[in-house]
Amino acid sequence: MPEVTMTVNGQQVSREVEGRTLLVQFLREHLNLTGTHVGCDTSQCGACVVHVDGKSVKACTMLAVQAEGGDVTTIEGLASGGELHPMQAAFHEHHGLQCGFCTPGMVMSAVDLLQKNANPSEQEIRDWLEGNICRCTGYHNIVNAIQHAASGGGAS
Amino acid sequence: MPDGSVGQAVKRREDHRFLTGKGRYVDDIHRTGELAAVFVRSPHAHAKVSAINADAARKSPGVVAVLTGADMAEDNYGSIPCGWTVTDRHGEPHKAPPHFPMVRDKVRYVGDHVAVVLAETAAQAKDGAELVEVDYEELDANVEPAKAMQAPLLHEEAPDNLCYDWVLGDEAEADAAFANAHHVTKLDLVNNRLIPNAMEPRAAIAEWDSGTDSYTLWSTSQNPHVLRLILSAFITGIPETKLRIIAPDVGGGFGSKIYCYAEETVCLWATKRIGRPVRWTADRNEAFLADAHGRDHVTHVEMAMDAEGHFLGLKVDTTANMGAYLSNFASCIPTYLYATLLAGQYRTPVVYCNVRAVFTNTAPVDAYRGAGRPEATYLLERTVEIAAREMGLDPAELRRRNFIQPDQFPYQTPVALTYDIGDYEASLNEATQMIDYAGFGRRKEEAKLRGKLRGIGFSSYIEACGIAPSAVVGSLGAGVGLWESAQVRFNATGTVSVLTGSHAHGQGHETTFSQVVADTLGVPIESIEIVHGDTGQIPMAMGTYGSRSLAVGGSAIMRACGKIIEKGKKIAAHLLEASVEDIEFKDGNFTVTGTDKSLSMGEVAFTAYVPHNYPADLEPGLDETAFYDPLNFTYPAGTHICEVEIDPETGVTEIVDWVAVDDFGKVINPLIVEGQVHGGIAQGVGQAMLEHGIYDTESGQLVTGSYMDYCMPRADDLPSFRVGMTETACTHNPLGVKGCGEAGAIAAPPALINAITDALGVKHMEMPATPEKVWRLAQSAAAAE
Repeated sequence: MPEVTMTVNGQQVSREVEGRTLLVQFLREHLNLTGTHVGCDTSQCGACVVHVDGKSVKACTMLAVQAEGGDVTTIEGLASGGELHPMQAAFHEHHGLQCGFCTPGMVMSAVDLLQKNANPSEQEIRDWLEGNICRCTGYHNIVNAIQHAASGGGAS
Repeated sequence: MPDGSVGQAVKRREDHRFLTGKGRYVDDIHRTGELAAVFVRSPHAHAKVSAINADAARKSPGVVAVLTGADMAEDNYGSIPCGWTVTDRHGEPHKAPPHFPMVRDKVRYVGDHVAVVLAETAAQAKDGAELVEVDYEELDANVEPAKAMQAPLLHEEAPDNLCYDWVLGDEAEADAAFANAHHVTKLDLVNNRLIPNAMEPRAAIAEWDSGTDSYTLWSTSQNPHVLRLILSAFITGIPETKLRIIAPDVGGGFGSKIYCYAEETVCLWATKRIGRPVRWTADRNEAFLADAHGRDHVTHVEMAMDAEGHFLGLKVDTTANMGAYLSNFASCIPTYLYATLLAGQYRTPVVYCNVRAVFTNTAPVDAYRGAGRPEATYLLERTVEIAAREMGLDPAELRRRNFIQPDQFPYQTPVALTYDIGDYEASLNEATQMIDYAGFGRRKEEAKLRGKLRGIGFSSYIEACGIAPSAVVGSLGAGVGLWESAQVRFNATGTVSVLTGSHAHGQGHETTFSQVVADTLGVPIESIEIVHGDTGQIPMAMGTYGSRSLAVGGSAIMRACGKIIEKGKKIAAHLLEASVEDIEFKDGNFTVTGTDKSLSMGEVAFTAYVPHNYPADLEPGLDETAFYDPLNFTYPAGTHICEVEIDPETGVTEIVDWVAVDDFGKVINPLIVEGQVHGGIAQGVGQAMLEHGIYDTESGQLVTGSYMDYCMPRADDLPSFRVGMTETACTHNPLGVKGCGEAGAIAAPPALINAITDALGVKHMEMPATPEKVWRLAQSAAAAE
């Protein structure tokens, strides 16, 4: 079995994996980072979104070996020093989550949106979230949370 | 008002773990020595299973066992029961054919359970499952409810594939009402099959302890105690004392996680048979195939009116698809949660409803968000809208003319229910003001200048929630009571553990219930923990469905808090050297009436556990359990209005405005309630515009079996919603609450189809209103002009 080495949430990790192991399986089953979720089998739902080298990626769409040498951030690595990331704080403040299952992917995706577009319109947010499915919230409060995070009001 | 009081938009206490990746769902849990289970599922809609050859699979790397229905029969595992027996029009019980967790003779839908492969890893189990050879003798299949009674037989026990032929109301009375009608509105409609799609796929881990011959089952359940009851009493024979069920964080349910399913039953059986923990997590593909689906009705409706538009009578004829087997509560959905709601918000004096429930070669159908009530509301609110158009009446005015009036409560409907309270016109008026109904004509004209067709649609819905008074449902065939339990346990230092039978899977109980307890007992919200989802900790309970958590579960908590206060008064009276009758409890303090002699709840709790100075005739401890059985259903109601704009060149419908005005009774946490409304509307919009579970009528294959094919509502499909509230407090529970979880999904579909048909100038179109269908209608309308 191939060995894969990458940085996950700032720590270097190496594991032997089957070639067919997906990045999301590597995170969940080999590293026990269960915050990244699997909600479908067609790369549609976005519950598994993490950042690889700073960009949002569906971790079910990438083999673990493809992340060799990469820098991976998961939902567990987003808060720092006990402080929620402004996007996490905005989701809390504006009730942008209910069951919590889509939430990690939703937050990681939203963080990447603001990296690319610091001040998105409501329509731009809705278009960006096309790859993240939520069944609970109707997206209303997710969009609201991202708008507030963009305007710096997330941790109010 | 202190922080966290009832009525405040308290931010959710449960958020932190979900936002930091520390939620703990079933698939996040691992047990030492566990095996992965993968099911071999039927690729055919209907076939005899003549042989299963697992030799090659058993030799596959990592495979430990391959088990079948025959093996399960050896161990005397039973059939999955239906928990509600509907009595048909001839006084006979419905037909409930066996529903074995793995098939014993033939498969009856694509995805049916043929065998299970257990292996060291999930990947190895999948590899093994590929090698299981099954000989099928294919049989003709039928997936359409309207054709079921003439279709090949699924079960010997159910002639004509008929589960029941059931009626509510008096047909002769209805005919008499129609004989006097000035106008009759008639409509044929389909309530499209939906696939629930909670974002967390179902999962189970079963572990047998050989030392005590006991089991633990982690399950994605909305009601772990009900699951234990079903498994223990009907399927496995394992005593409840030897079976602990834990439903940890659960990622959405919407009804689909109420039921006892084949997969968790097989895991529970296999763990002892193999002697190792067994885990299973559904792929999304399996969720599409084998989660209980929703809706799937074919209906003809007629409404009779006098010359002023007063409703004289309603006749409804429905064929309801049960799927291939009866799921746990399937039978009551198109009967007691459907026909009983056909009065709606109106004074219709006579209602007659005939429902035939039929078996087809499709996944079982059971409760999905709203469950029967969306089907009733859809046909009623579509019919009312069409009646208004046919009679040249304003749709708001026609509704007003027929509303049950505030001074008529309690109101006995002709379909068994007694509404306790409501003010339907208040909600309608608020909604018409919010959307500026008077300005609609101007907006329509302005849209026309831009080449868009603008339409407006109303939906004035009612639902029966707070499910349910046990005596009532018992008399109608329910096999269980539908009360709820709560235990409120003070700890010695004044913190409070609240154990509730209501399971949360997105509803925010940890926040709302804490607000209720904080207010009632005068304890800071931070000192309260809400414990749910574990039969090993919580008294016997009935779980979460039918918008019942606060109305029934919350009322049980209130009752337990009442017992705490009563006992606290006795302790305080002793310590303050007063009589119990003179002790008042307010804002967390026990005070001797008319004095400044007072003790805090914390001091009383401490004394209860360190009873050095304590009443001689009183037990130590401050820990009370209560059960609450509701006296009636609750009746949330309201009006939603939406406006759409259609591009006739593309058929694309844009929802340009949505107002929802709901009366949920008292609101504990408006932030959470509004979130429930948003989510409900989104699922209703999904039904009306996007979602449709489709089986191929020839092959019986589920053609909408993935997110590539089944159109889930996404962020760019939906608008923001404007939510308003009116309030009439529920008269029969201590919180005055009614329930809010299902309202949006009930209200939304008719509002949208009313708006779209208004824009297009057509009588009716079937859901979902896809761009293709809308475009065709827009083109024919244009050609006709």
